[in-house]
Parts: sequence; C-alpha cells; structure tokens
Amino acid sequence: MPINYYIFLSVALFCIGVAGVLTRRNAIIIFMCVELMLNAVNLLLVAFSKMHYHALSATAPHAGIDGQLFVFFIMVVAAAEVSVGLAIIVMMYRNTHSIDVNFLNRLKH
Amino acid sequence: MGITQVLFWFLSILAILGAILVVISKNPVHSVLWLIVVFVAISGHYILLDAQFLAIVNLIVYAGAIMVLFLFVFMLMNLNAETEPQKNRWLKIAGVVAGGSLLLVLVAALKQADLKTKIAEMNRGDIGLIHNLGLTLFQDYVVPFEISSVLFLSAMVGVVVIGKKE
Repeated sequence: MPINYYIFLSVALFCIGVAGVLTRRNAIIIFMCVELMLNAVNLLLVAFSKMHYHALSATAPHAGIDGQLFVFFIMVVAAAEVSVGLAIIVMMYRNTHSIDVNFLNRLKH
Repeated sequence: MGITQVLFWFLSILAILGAILVVISKNPVHSVLWLIVVFVAISGHYILLDAQFLAIVNLIVYAGAIMVLFLFVFMLMNLNAETEPQKNRWLKIAGVVAGGSLLLVLVAALKQADLKTKIAEMNRGDIGLIHNLGLTLFQDYVVPFEISSVLFLSAMVGVVVIGKKE
C-alpha cells in the first residue's frame, strides 16, 4: 500500500479525536478521544517503520525497527496515563457527583 | 484488487466509522464498545503491516485492559444516556468545524507531498516479530525500558494516593 493511504487514514482518525475532545463535555469521553488520537499516531509510526524497511532493507536488515519500539513505549506511557487520569476523574466525581468538565470552572476561584 | 487491499479498505472504513460513532453516541457505554471496535481494526492494520507483536499487545493492553478500566469506571459511576451532560448546539458545531478545518489543512498540505514512490510494504519482513524487537529492546533501549518501569511504579503510587479516601 502507498504510504499516502496510511497518512490520510491516520489524519482522519486524529481529526475525529480532536472534534470529539472539542464537542463532548463528559470527561471520560474526552479521555477516550485522546486515546483515539494516540492510536492514530501509533498506526502512522508503524506504517512509517515499514516504509523505511522497504527503502533500506537491502543495506540494513533491521531498518525501521525503532518505529515499532516507539509504539511500544507510547503504549506503556498511555497505560500509566490512563490509570492516573481515571483516578483523577473518579476523585472529581466523588467531590462534585458529576463528570461534566464545566464543573472544573471552580478551579478558577 | 488482492485480498490485502480488500482487507485494508474494510479495516479503514471500520476504524473511521467506529471513531465517528465513539464521538456521536449518546450512551457512554456504547462509546466504549465502539472504541474497542476501533482498536480491533487498528490491530488488524498492524497484522497487515507485519507488526504481529504490536497487534497482540494492542489487543491485550488497549482493547483488553484499558477499555475494561473505562467500562469499570462507567459502571461504578452508574452513568447512562440520561445523565450525559450536553453542550449547546453552537459549541458542538464550532467543535466540528474546528476539527474539520484541521483535517482540511492537513490533507491539503499532504496532497502536495511527493510520496508516490514510498510504499509501506506488506507481506514481507520480520522486524515485527518478537525475536527481533526483543533483541533491539534489550540492546539499544535498555535505559528507556528501565525508566518506564519507574514510571509505572510512580503511576501506581500516584493512583493509590489520589484514590484513597481521606
């Protein structure tokens, strides 16, 4: 597959994630849209890793393997991020009995 | 059109459809289920790109662990379509227009790029196998690997501290 198709697929997924973050008010849905954006980036990294493999595999047998390891590290960081984020949302729900992000306005005062 | 192309288009349409349904579903639990569909489609893309290890890790970590965590939190809070907070219509339209503009700008910029000869190769190569990934991980990336274990430990401690009732 030409790399264009993967770029446009990832851009579409990323922009759907951005639109979701901007349109929803439920804090957990916003969080899920962020996960969607992370996964779009992961897909693009894997596609680029295979692109480099195709271009350079004649001279370097493991060309492009770094991209897949980056995806692995992104998954590790995302797992840690989700656990902390959900803990913060649960704490916010316990205090306000709502997961509406507009309630966080009170942080201003 | 070979079977690979058919699978590519099927998985792409499934991923984009699922992503749109994640955003527009009224019921948050349905959003989580559609996000699992998106992750399964992306895992299928990884398999098409010969990244078998990442495909399985994506299924186990994202579609398994993280989504179960989301579902668990939703059910703990007893959320459904009735308690869903609604933004007013103009803010929704503004958000969709902003996302669409970003899409338009990126597509317009990338259409000019000369990428016709660049191919993400399928059905060949073994860099996605756990043997090669593991060798590189433990030879060149040992320090980041160890640092990520510290990150996990601190995340775990942080979650316990935040979640504890005072």
